[in-house]
Amino acid sequence: MTGIVGGYFTSHVPAIGGAIAKGLQSDPYWKPFFDGFPPIRKWLNEEKPDVAVVFYNDHGLNFFLDKMPTFAVGAAHEYHSADEGWGLPVYKTFTGDPALSWHIIESLVADEFDITTCQKMFVDHAMAIPFELAWPDAEAWPVKLVPIAINTVQHPLPSAKRCLALGRAVGRALESWDSDDKIVVMGTGGLSHQLDGERAGFINADYDRFCLDNLMDDPEALVNDSIAGIVEKAGTQGVEILNWIAARGALGERPLAKRTENYHIPISNTAAASLVLEAV
Amino acid sequence: MSATLNQERQPIEGTTLFDGDMAQRGFALNAMCYSFNDAENREEFRRDEAAYCRKYHLTPEQMQAVAARNVLGMIAAGGNVYYLAKLAGIWGLNVQDLGAAQTGMSVDAFKAKLLSYNEYGGAA
Repeated sequence: MTGIVGGYFTSHVPAIGGAIAKGLQSDPYWKPFFDGFPPIRKWLNEEKPDVAVVFYNDHGLNFFLDKMPTFAVGAAHEYHSADEGWGLPVYKTFTGDPALSWHIIESLVADEFDITTCQKMFVDHAMAIPFELAWPDAEAWPVKLVPIAINTVQHPLPSAKRCLALGRAVGRALESWDSDDKIVVMGTGGLSHQLDGERAGFINADYDRFCLDNLMDDPEALVNDSIAGIVEKAGTQGVEILNWIAARGALGERPLAKRTENYHIPISNTAAASLVLEAV
Repeated sequence: MSATLNQERQPIEGTTLFDGDMAQRGFALNAMCYSFNDAENREEFRRDEAAYCRKYHLTPEQMQAVAARNVLGMIAAGGNVYYLAKLAGIWGLNVQDLGAAQTGMSVDAFKAKLLSYNEYGGAA
């Protein structure tokens, strides 16, 4: 039996952390984005998951170009936030779930995914902001964490097809996890945005709509594009959709229902979205 | 071999894929930016930018781009925006300032362009 309650997906734009720090949730610029979260909090409060398995990407806090793993699975007892260099607060520490981490690692390698394992790793805003949005008043995070980092920084990136397969393999590991813990799968980042180059500021609502409309029922539709194709459609940082695709994969074949969805342009340079796919 | 693969790829207008060639070219600049996760290093850079750039062995092209606050120049010299954002933060610039600088727009015009994408009735 598996305790997967569903998937929670959200953008992780750093400026969201700034807005939270300044209490701008009701500001007209921010409100349409933050309005997406009360239904997500309600869902999480109903389900009360014990552990979060989170697909995200590091932005130069834990990983540098000296060692850049394509897929990295955290196996730490705890994960710290830290100074990222440009003024975000240092966030609460995350409690790990090393037993589940090593179960996933064993299962993935048996499944021929040759991942990197990390007994120490910092997690950046791509982890902390989705947690802050989900549990804004928590004194301590109410879930244990298994972080899975996907390289979205240095090309060649793993293909969307491979990320979906990785997610499905993680899902198989979760299916075989002998525990009463309830698990929420998370994918963070995106949607379309581009921070660099003459095309900075590029946003593609049509592609984002396509992703939001197909992620639940036809995730295969999202993996037809090459990485270059995704960059062209979603922007250089829009490739963070890989985290959503992997998280969708981890939900497996179980029936899902779209519990809530929000899409808003722009937050900073980004088309921002939040989504819950509930196991039914 | 990567050059061969790169040539098979259609270029995307106004976009540089940060691949192995760029990662090699930009290593020193990105390493310097990565050091800015540490507040003491940010202070040291503020005290003497040129000396800090030399300490990290930036190439002349990278030194010049940093001195000129030339974002496209830093990208061309192998800078990756995730790391460059830490340098920009020292200068008090956010990603919208960077976007404006790279597109030749004013920051207000750049923000207006972002808002113009909004077809869904949100804040505008």
